[in-house]
Amino acid sequence: MSAKTTAEKAQAKPSFTGLSNLARRPEFGALIGAVAVFTFFSIAGGGPFTDAGGWASWLNVASEVGIIALLVALVMIAGDLDLSVGSTLAASSMTMAIISGFFGLPTWVGVLAALAFGVLIGWVNGYLVTKTNLPSFVVTLATMFIVMGATLGTTRLVVGSTSVTMTADPVAQFLFGNLIFGLFETAVVWWLIVAALVSWILYKTKYGNWIYAIGGDVISARATGIPVNKVRIALFMGSGLGAALVGVIQTAIYNGAQVAAGQSFVFNSIIAVVVGGVLLTGGYGSTIGVILGTITFGIVNQGIYYTGWDADWAALILGLLLLAAVLTNNTFRRLALSGGKKEKKND
Amino acid sequence: MTNAGKAPILSLKNVSKVFAGYRAMDDVSLDVYPGQVLCLLGDNGAGKSTLIKVLSGFHEPTTGTIAVNGKTTVFKSPKDASNEGIATVHQFGGTFPLMSIGRSFFVGAEPTKGWGPFKRFDKKYANETAVREMRQLGITRITDGERLIGSLSGGERQASAIARAVHFGANVLILDEPTAALGVKEATHVLRIIMQAKLKGIAVILVTHNVSHALTVGDHFAVLIRGQKADDFAKGERTRDQITDLMAGGEAMAELEAELSTLTGSVTKIN
Repeated sequence: MSAKTTAEKAQAKPSFTGLSNLARRPEFGALIGAVAVFTFFSIAGGGPFTDAGGWASWLNVASEVGIIALLVALVMIAGDLDLSVGSTLAASSMTMAIISGFFGLPTWVGVLAALAFGVLIGWVNGYLVTKTNLPSFVVTLATMFIVMGATLGTTRLVVGSTSVTMTADPVAQFLFGNLIFGLFETAVVWWLIVAALVSWILYKTKYGNWIYAIGGDVISARATGIPVNKVRIALFMGSGLGAALVGVIQTAIYNGAQVAAGQSFVFNSIIAVVVGGVLLTGGYGSTIGVILGTITFGIVNQGIYYTGWDADWAALILGLLLLAAVLTNNTFRRLALSGGKKEKKND
Repeated sequence: MTNAGKAPILSLKNVSKVFAGYRAMDDVSLDVYPGQVLCLLGDNGAGKSTLIKVLSGFHEPTTGTIAVNGKTTVFKSPKDASNEGIATVHQFGGTFPLMSIGRSFFVGAEPTKGWGPFKRFDKKYANETAVREMRQLGITRITDGERLIGSLSGGERQASAIARAVHFGANVLILDEPTAALGVKEATHVLRIIMQAKLKGIAVILVTHNVSHALTVGDHFAVLIRGQKADDFAKGERTRDQITDLMAGGEAMAELEAELSTLTGSVTKIN
């Protein structure tokens, strides 16, 4: 084929337009999923699901999962996993309750200590993963149990029970545990803030490019001079901070902390991220996708209560959804890689 | 030698690399000149990969020295080598299949616009530059820098990686088996790109199994056998048969031929 005809062909067929362009984006599968479950539960659940109360019920669930999911998504795009977020949430929540509730120190001291503790656990995860070169799955599985056990043991030693009550000061209560219009948790606002920050990092800073590169091919990424280990440690610290923030929010909302809190967040955050189109092996994904995946999760998790069916079915639907999401996301990714019309081989 | 008056941009002096008692590279000396293509030939396990890794800073030599523009230099990391303008392109070229052309082009050297907290990745510049640089190497099919690297053909991926190296001012371009996974047409395109890089004054080190490809673009040839430099010659000093023989390990092939002839001999007897 001569250069001229190739150029003509390229002009005649702009390969990236409209719907086909949309279908090639990582969040396309998640968009279909979110629209599908919303439509389904709007019909099955009727008015109560679609009014403000219905929106609040799934948005509140989605926002807490979503804060963690967005930061876990960064870890996963860089090719790692973080299974310790549930324990980190409980540990941070308990740190805040013990400091500001049991010991009666000012709320802001408890909040800062909780957030710092989350970041510290994240740093330990990142340090161990990068130093040992073990899979992050194993390392964070270990820290999940270590932190869980340490939280339980320490709380019993210090407080003598497994739950601690505290009342946050008005400012902290307004920031973390308020209900907007009496319906929406402030976590929804925090979710938006985290979404904006994560999007900025991922798309507008060089660090975002590094995250994709590390997840895509860690050896090549290192060869271009990216400080791979520092970035991975920072991402674990981010997911630790996200978990701790949700821990603070829960402590403020429930006026206290429980050692067993948060374990559901481990798999729920991964479900939201994977349904959102992030590749489990890293290198691919978008924040819009993760937000849509989280919304899908929230709708299924809460929508079931509006249908009059037994809530037990929610897990079944989530499982099927996860399977369907992985399969369709694979298809859409292949489509993205095909990049429009294929040139014939050896023409 | 034609290089009598020129200074090598990169030269290895008696370089050896030992891995846990195994000599992967044994006393290799080699000169690389700007604007020339050095073809590195050899069987699997002959030490080509080790040589490339020493040149690109992944391995430090056990003994011997590397000099850049006559100055002895030690590469502690790949970053050191790339700071000296040594770029390596691997068999599959652009290695981030799920990143866009523009983004992968600038990995580790992201262009930004704005200032302070509003400093942000300049996507437009990245995409335009990547597409333009590829176009200069004769890849005209790519017009959209948003396309994923994984959607490119093997030759286009090689081209994007070479374009990247050229854009960032590589003086020495190491190409590791760039044509091995490609069809005939694609391979010739990559060879054409190699010639263009050479004409820009870049020193190209081409690692290949393919004698035809080597003879087409090579100015200078080095053959490695079991970690040692078995031969080192300029264009036209050896015939194609001599090179093929050397690469295939000459004697080993002769032995095999002898063995085969006795085999067929015995078969004939049975018949």
